[in-house]
Amino acid sequence: MVQKIAEYIATHPQQLAEQIAAHIGISLFALFVAALIGIPCGCLAAKLQKGEAVITAPFEMLRVVPSLAVLILLIPIMGTGVPPAVTALMILAVPPVLLNTIVGFRTIPDFMIESARGIGMTESELFWRVKIPCALPMILAGLRTALVEVVASTTLAAKIGAGGLGEIIFTGLGLYRMDLLVLGGGLVAILSLASGWVFDILTRRMLRYKYV
Amino acid sequence: MPIIQYDNVCKKFDNSGRLAVDHVSAQIEKGEFITILGSSGCGKTTLLKLTNRLYDPDEGKVLVDGENIANVDPVALRRRLGYVIQQVGLFPHMTIRDNITVIPQLMKWDKKRMDERADELLTLVGLAPSEYRDRYPHQLSGGQQQRVGLARALVLDPEILLMDEPFGAIDAITRLNLQNEFMKIQEGLGKTILFVTHDINEAFKLGSRVMVMNEGKLLQFDTPAEIVKNPADSFVRSLIEAARSQEEFWENVR
Ligand SMILES: Nc1ncnc2c1ncn2[C@@H]1O[C@H](COP(=O)(O)OP(=O)(O)OP(=O)(O)O)[C@@H](O)[C@H]1O
Ligand SMILES: [Mg+2]
Repeated sequence: MVQKIAEYIATHPQQLAEQIAAHIGISLFALFVAALIGIPCGCLAAKLQKGEAVITAPFEMLRVVPSLAVLILLIPIMGTGVPPAVTALMILAVPPVLLNTIVGFRTIPDFMIESARGIGMTESELFWRVKIPCALPMILAGLRTALVEVVASTTLAAKIGAGGLGEIIFTGLGLYRMDLLVLGGGLVAILSLASGWVFDILTRRMLRYKYV
Repeated sequence: MPIIQYDNVCKKFDNSGRLAVDHVSAQIEKGEFITILGSSGCGKTTLLKLTNRLYDPDEGKVLVDGENIANVDPVALRRRLGYVIQQVGLFPHMTIRDNITVIPQLMKWDKKRMDERADELLTLVGLAPSEYRDRYPHQLSGGQQQRVGLARALVLDPEILLMDEPFGAIDAITRLNLQNEFMKIQEGLGKTILFVTHDINEAFKLGSRVMVMNEGKLLQFDTPAEIVKNPADSFVRSLIEAARSQEEFWENVR
């Protein structure tokens, strides 16, 4: 088995590299879109006192639909390839980002905000200089959860021809080749763990003040 | 003309049955060091926040420099009044230097001027600049953080300082030094200070006049000597008696 896997790697280096690159690319793109939607919606929802559910409920409902079903449902609308794959993954990734953003803003102590106003910050200065940085640790934690989940789920992208490591796994399934399944699954697992690890390093950089 | 004037000021919070600040009227002249004394929950913090528009009064008005502050832009007003918040409220993600100079940064002072100002203020509050300027708040003790809060309030050299228990977390010795230092600052610079405390000794030592509050009401507003001689009511009298009995303890020990 190990020999077979080694052989496959040796004979398909180019293809493997491309699949890994596509896998990472799709994952990051989906995370980026999720951040673009989840963070502003979270800011908005945190401001609303009770109407928060108006924003969170649709995303949480979408989240419950299995990704595979989402992909199939998207085919008539978006066809195949990268766009529907990113859409399905984005649906997975928005809720953790959104909910953590809300918690991040809600847990800023009132006195912190009063302190900023009291020394003479305008509302927009307060938002950018104090609220965002104070909520950032929670927002980053949400992005991390989303990232690890997305990297694992990007496997499904291969189902609709968007590429990625899922190709190896689906090929393995089709041909009953255990070595390919192990290789593909192993690589996805490694990539998922590694992405969390890299993200932690970036987080430490951004929140340096916490670690001095 | 008084620099601050409270005119029948009332403030009620939605979820409370009584007034947090109850028909307070007072006039404060430029250069006075006013201490505000009263037990927990009597409305000291609320009165300060009514002075820089963190709250607006439900009734009555507050005048600063003769102008009803309801008509003044809150941000402009707050930059004229230094404010030391009770909970200190330093920003955790900024270094001590940046905490002190946030507002100057927003006002686009040049870097050199800000650095010099930060160092000057750190020295003033007794923290060695080279040691502390690049630290983050969580790397300071509670008392050190309070002193940075004071430095931050002084950065724009405000004419009026609102200080909400600024020495609460500071030990007796440092506190004494800071109090003395602070009285000198105030005399030298002619600032008007409103200083909240629930320590009667601190209130009487620092204040040129003392506001005694209870349950939102301003019971007495006079010089320490006059308050001791003629307490306005039983609450003020019991306050003084409490302080006296403490003093007796020290006398007896001697
Ligand atoms: N944001 C608020 N919402 C509701 N009630 C409040 C609020 N802030 C203060 N109060 C109430 O108003 C009253 C006065 O509070 P304030 O904070 O002014 O007291 P204080 O004299 O500063 O007390 P302390 O010495 O404990 O700081 C208290 O009864 C308090 O419970
Ligand atoms: Mg208070």
